Amino acid sequence: MNSLFEFFSFADPNIRFVVIGSVLLTASSAIVGTFTFLHKKSLVGDAIAHAVLPGICLGFILSGTKNPAYLITGAFITGWISLIGVEYITKHTRIKDDTAIGLVLSVFFGIGILMLTVIQKGGNASQSGLDHFLFGKAAALVGDDLIVFGAVAVTLLIAVFLLFKEFSLLAFDKEYAKAIGLPVRWIDLVLTSLTVLAVVIGIQAVGVVLMAAILITPAAAARFWTNKINVMVLLASVFGAFSGLSGAYISYIAPAMPTGPWIVIVISTIAFISFFFAPKRGVINRVLRQRNIRRTINDENVLKTLYQLGEENKDYFIQRNKEEIIRRRRFSPEALGKILQRLENQGYLDKTSKHWVLTEEGKARGQRVVRIHRLWELYLTTHLNIAPDHVHDDADTIEHLLTPELEVELERLLNYPKVDPHKSEIPYS
Amino acid sequence: MNNNDLSIIFTASLVASSCALLGCFLILRKMAMVGDAISHAVLPGIVIAFLISGSRDSMTMLIGAGLIGVLTTFLIEFLHKKAKLQTDASIGVTFTWLFAIGVVLISLFAGKVDLDQDCVLYGEIAYVPLDTLIVGGQSIGPRALYIMGIILTIIILFIWIGYKELFLTTFDPAYASAIGISTTLWHYLLMGAVSATTVASFESVGAILVVALLIAPAATAYLITDNLKWMLVIACIAGIVASITGYFFAVWLDGSIAGAIAAMAGAIFVLAMIFSPTHGILMKKISAQPES
Repeated sequence: MNSLFEFFSFADPNIRFVVIGSVLLTASSAIVGTFTFLHKKSLVGDAIAHAVLPGICLGFILSGTKNPAYLITGAFITGWISLIGVEYITKHTRIKDDTAIGLVLSVFFGIGILMLTVIQKGGNASQSGLDHFLFGKAAALVGDDLIVFGAVAVTLLIAVFLLFKEFSLLAFDKEYAKAIGLPVRWIDLVLTSLTVLAVVIGIQAVGVVLMAAILITPAAAARFWTNKINVMVLLASVFGAFSGLSGAYISYIAPAMPTGPWIVIVISTIAFISFFFAPKRGVINRVLRQRNIRRTINDENVLKTLYQLGEENKDYFIQRNKEEIIRRRRFSPEALGKILQRLENQGYLDKTSKHWVLTEEGKARGQRVVRIHRLWELYLTTHLNIAPDHVHDDADTIEHLLTPELEVELERLLNYPKVDPHKSEIPYS
Repeated sequence: MNNNDLSIIFTASLVASSCALLGCFLILRKMAMVGDAISHAVLPGIVIAFLISGSRDSMTMLIGAGLIGVLTTFLIEFLHKKAKLQTDASIGVTFTWLFAIGVVLISLFAGKVDLDQDCVLYGEIAYVPLDTLIVGGQSIGPRALYIMGIILTIIILFIWIGYKELFLTTFDPAYASAIGISTTLWHYLLMGAVSATTVASFESVGAILVVALLIAPAATAYLITDNLKWMLVIACIAGIVASITGYFFAVWLDGSIAGAIAAMAGAIFVLAMIFSPTHGILMKKISAQPES
């Protein structure tokens, strides 16, 4: 607990730098990643992340120092080469893009590992710490390194801010962007460069192996909370920043720990919470909503069946048992029992021992379903020229979905017809 | 060349062949990235099995990690279908999460688990000759050699026995299900095989470089032939050639053997891409030229 307080008081300037640095890196990567995500290039981000490793090693071999400027340049170059490689392979051979991505990713990473091991055995004393780029080490963000990485992160933010509209448009409607004369190819190129840059700076905190997560996961999580792109970018950056902060904290209390995996676990936890619990788009809400819709459909089908039985006898308030209902429309007896119970609770049915009877509300609702069904059948035959024997299934679906406004519209359009294509009477209340 | 060189090359070739065979089906099914995801995701399974059983060579590890691999595919599909997350993102989120858990577990139990981050990344194939299998007090050769031999045999049997089913579910899933072959079953069997192979190869080449051996030889073969049987054979040959040349390349540079094998697998792919008599770029250029 003591260390927690010590850390979050930010009294130690070193801690301040590390925190500022890792938050800046992860947040800016997350912002660029949002567009990578929306452009459906998440796995390309993964390929770039692995492919920067040989570039870092090359930068080190050529310069002999760990000066971030050289390493970043090297990483940027091989990151770009990997992208060109993926594009070239998919364009000029019959290899599909996922195979090309996996191929480039693993081969570049293999080359990177080979170079890294050669450097490590080469005995150059300044190489120690180069392997921090594999799994990240937020605590290494001090001094000049912080300035260089910070500058790149700020550049990224400015570039995204300036091109926000163009990136959004391209993500959603490339054809339209082309039509209004935007330089689509150039914007794509800029976005790709920004992705490479985001990877290049993010690896300081997260490492090449898990870098893809900081691009993809915050955006994927943010997508579940909003449909607005600016809110999504903001949320993604907050999620990214939070995970960066926790990475810095881990790096502080356990210096031997690589920070990357912890950052990824934090951001993934946020993502899984979003996937499941987000209102509207979350899995749980989705499942509940589907169950509700299914229930409504079942309920209305029973009411409809009771109404139709009533039509045969010209009396809607006859006591019916389960068997009569099932004879008219197939339900499993247990399911039907539950539905009847629910309808009784809602006041659409009255129950006497083993029989049920429609209430006024129940009759009205059943009648409405039947009315929409028949109106829709008529609409399909008269306005869309569909044969009368082909319209039933479609009407069976729409009868539960049509809103009252559309219902009125439909009645007016068809001029309040008396019968449907099968000569059944259309009931009005 | 001494005995050590031979046993390393032999082990690498077995790993490469196992991966190449499965890789062919992965890339034909457009599931290369799922293979990538599985190879990352089995890591926590390996570590947990390690913690429970306390050793590497238990069947629990193979089975446990195999299950995690299948679980990964399941999770990817779940996120895609139920949460409506786009496929690329559901793959990316799933495997980075599981891999991160694996690395953290390794760091947390550093004392108890005989694994380290280097091993995760590029394996320890150089130490293969040191870890020998001892039967009745007598060393009968490297343990990894036997494990990979068994794995390769299982995979060959799997493909042999299920060739028709794998073939049909790969190329014509609709027809396959029409004649009563369960595409889901074969899908998960294949994923289980990929997971088991990844786990077994893990010690030798590490979690990430398995991907190179899964994809690169198969992609090479795909550029050379249109016949699935030949593709399987050529992929194996490409994998073995990459293993042999990669080994000597690594010895020459004094670097990671697994890294060098991956680099060589990439180089062989580039050669095939340019010079393949059927689908090579050079050939296409030549045949595209008007006859004079």
